Amino acid sequence: MGLHNIKMPDVGEGITEAEIVEWHVNVGDVVKEDDVLAAVMTDKATVEIPSPVDGTVKAIMGEVGEMTAIGTPIITLEVEGEGNTSAEAEAPAPAPAKAEEPKPEPKKAEAPKPAPKKPEPTPAPVVKPAAAKAHTGAPRPEGEKPVASPAVRKRAMDAGVKLEYVHGTGPAGRITHEDLDAYISGESAPRAAGTGRVANTSVEEIRVIGLRRKIAERMQDAKRRIPHITYVEEVDVTELEALRENMNATKHADQPKLTILPFIMLAMVRALKHSPKLSSHYDDANDMLYQYGAAHIGMAAQTPGGLMVPVVRHAEARDIWGMAEEIHRLAHAARNGSITREELTGSTITLSSLGRMGGIVSTPVINSPEVAIVGVNKVAVRPVWQEGAFVPRKIMNLSSSFDHRIVDGWDAAEFIQRIKMLMEHPATLFMEE
Amino acid sequence: MKTISCKLLVLGAGPGGYIAAIRAGQLGLDTVVVEGNAPGGTCLNVGCIPSKALIHAADEFEKVSHFTGDNVLGISVQKPTIDFGKTVEWKDGIVKRLTGGIAGLFKKNKVQHITGWGTMIDGKTCEVETADGKVTVKAENVILATGSVPIEIPSLPFGGNVISSTEALSLDAVPGKLVVIGGGYIGLELGIAYAKLGADVTVVEALDRVLAQYDKELTKPVVASLKKHGITVMASTKAKTLAKDGKGLVVETADGKEETLKADNILVTVGRRAKTEGWGLEGLDLTMNGRVVAIDDQCRTSMTGVYAIGDLTGEPMLAHRAMAQGEMVAEIVAGEHRRFDKVAIPAVCFTDPEIVTCGLSPDEAKAAGHDTVIGLFPFLANGRAMTMESDEGFVRVVARKDNHLVLGIQAVGKGVSELSAAFSLALEMGARLEDIAGTIHAHPTQSEGFQEAALKALGHALHI
Repeated sequence: MGLHNIKMPDVGEGITEAEIVEWHVNVGDVVKEDDVLAAVMTDKATVEIPSPVDGTVKAIMGEVGEMTAIGTPIITLEVEGEGNTSAEAEAPAPAPAKAEEPKPEPKKAEAPKPAPKKPEPTPAPVVKPAAAKAHTGAPRPEGEKPVASPAVRKRAMDAGVKLEYVHGTGPAGRITHEDLDAYISGESAPRAAGTGRVANTSVEEIRVIGLRRKIAERMQDAKRRIPHITYVEEVDVTELEALRENMNATKHADQPKLTILPFIMLAMVRALKHSPKLSSHYDDANDMLYQYGAAHIGMAAQTPGGLMVPVVRHAEARDIWGMAEEIHRLAHAARNGSITREELTGSTITLSSLGRMGGIVSTPVINSPEVAIVGVNKVAVRPVWQEGAFVPRKIMNLSSSFDHRIVDGWDAAEFIQRIKMLMEHPATLFMEE
Repeated sequence: MKTISCKLLVLGAGPGGYIAAIRAGQLGLDTVVVEGNAPGGTCLNVGCIPSKALIHAADEFEKVSHFTGDNVLGISVQKPTIDFGKTVEWKDGIVKRLTGGIAGLFKKNKVQHITGWGTMIDGKTCEVETADGKVTVKAENVILATGSVPIEIPSLPFGGNVISSTEALSLDAVPGKLVVIGGGYIGLELGIAYAKLGADVTVVEALDRVLAQYDKELTKPVVASLKKHGITVMASTKAKTLAKDGKGLVVETADGKEETLKADNILVTVGRRAKTEGWGLEGLDLTMNGRVVAIDDQCRTSMTGVYAIGDLTGEPMLAHRAMAQGEMVAEIVAGEHRRFDKVAIPAVCFTDPEIVTCGLSPDEAKAAGHDTVIGLFPFLANGRAMTMESDEGFVRVVARKDNHLVLGIQAVGKGVSELSAAFSLALEMGARLEDIAGTIHAHPTQSEGFQEAALKALGHALHI
């Protein structure tokens, strides 16, 4: 019988000590080769220490939580044959000694090595990565001159980039050409190979001003004051789309290309004749509803600056081509910024459409002080059960919100159903009533 | 009177001005350069180049003189003599070749070169007195590159045997006794050269030591060399006046006593000042920064379209700074985006041994708030230095402690001026100690000292 000392293994480059976090054995325990004896933790990882030999735990040195220098004996095992205690403080030898093969010479110090695999228990060391470091390269303190080669500096200057704002990934925070490329292309930190995912702890302060603030105020006001009721219905636009295609194919050169919007507006105009209350302004402070004979249809449009609602005035007085022309003109003016204040105010009902981005359902916010907004979802081919079979039909949803203080559910449904009917039978859109 | 209009006028064809003009010509700018003397300015005509020629001649003469006595190499020769007139002639030949070369470069790059004294009338107009009469140059942009002149001591006006560095480069004969006032780099370069040529040289310095802009560690080998060459250094001594007979200099020594130093020539090298008169500065509304023209990092003055470069804009008064500025301004005028963003401007003192500095010294780094590591490698442990009988001196590297970014590099030793390229490149590229240590430096060269100094700073120099 001999004694076998097990030392704190070299668990990583540059690590001089490790913390014992758990003992897996007690004095007197019989252990087999590869049994886990203890777990130690460095600032980078937790490592399990396996037993290199079979034996009985004779002594445990050190407490949980104690920092122990690499190479310090931590466990003594009683083993068959000669142990290793007479040859201490030697460099870790690679060969794990088998206790059942007694050696004629005292063995060199046994450093646990990544042991040959056995199913149970877990062989070790098992390295668990510590929390990832959150940055690559040295951060540059405020006011410090950026480090970059003359070529990088020249390129930055030509590109109008201040190197003070560019993150340097090179040694000592040096800004490389790649860093500059990344900055110019809009990636704040380049995704260099091997850097992995890092937590982005940045917070950008963006002042909400101008159009954005305007939109925010209006939305908040509308949502706070108006009890919305949203009603979604699907519309089969197969026939309407066929008609539209035909009209586009056969139109005069000077006539505008037709989108689905003028058709919807036409339907709204027709439906409003039966639901005149929906083209109105509700002055809730004075308990007054201004019901308009006109249908000034606001048309929510995305512009580079944000949401704008140009108005198609007197839609009721326009035919399909006139409607399309006006929509086209307004959309263009809104996008290039030439739109006037007049063209952005005075709508009595609003139509909201995101085109292909329309999704299947939306909950449009009423353009206060109006009382109704019709939202257009995207047209998609869906299977529809018709006369004993599924047939492909072009289906579009309308998601519409109403001011429930003025508009009852019934009224809302009636309005939308009428639009649906008109659109599903597009000839009726053009028939005199 | 002839009038010329152009895009760019460069006043002065020194290193800053001629580079600006050439670069402007390359960029296709319609450029006129006005210079009263031969192109090349102080640098080529009465500065860097001729002084280095003289220093070389002195080195060669000394080398041969050295072999007349007992020497380790076992060489013996007869006592040499020197025909100093011929030496000066040779030096003049080099100057002529270089200045002629610049005139050729002007032609090649379609720069109009007007020889004549130019005076600025306003920010866009210059009147030039040429051999063929007055010429008016009207320019959209002007680069002022009028350079600098030696500072005169009021009580010792230049003339007779009181000379400036300009005259010191064209003496008829080696003076028997030379008193140098001012122990700066110009005074010591010339003082050592003349000592090697056989002059009895005394350096009078008002401060308590020579080369006071460098730290003592760096100047120690030079001070030792002054002693070796028999040069007397009188520190804390003030030059007063010319002796009554005109053959000496009256000084006030450190202990307040007056003393007369015999001198065949008195060389005044107490510094240089921007040349701010004689070319119409008074007619321009330029903001001054003390005695030099104030500029920003694009060399713009307070007047739109008027730039100033080189010595006129102050320290460091170095040709290569002026050149870099000149090149930059030409590009700015051509519409490019440039800013003077150099990390360091190297400076070389061509004494024996030479001193090179680039970036921050240990003290400057500390003053700038850096926590530093410093590595110094002596040439005593450098094989190449030994084989050249010049093992005095060292290379010193100053770096930040936290990230090892190199902040400054200094060297003193024979021939170290040629190491300056490596030093400034390292600083401009933002090298860390590891970069220098990880670069193979050819063996056997003095440049190994640079690598070793970096290794030393990292704690594992190999040869010491």
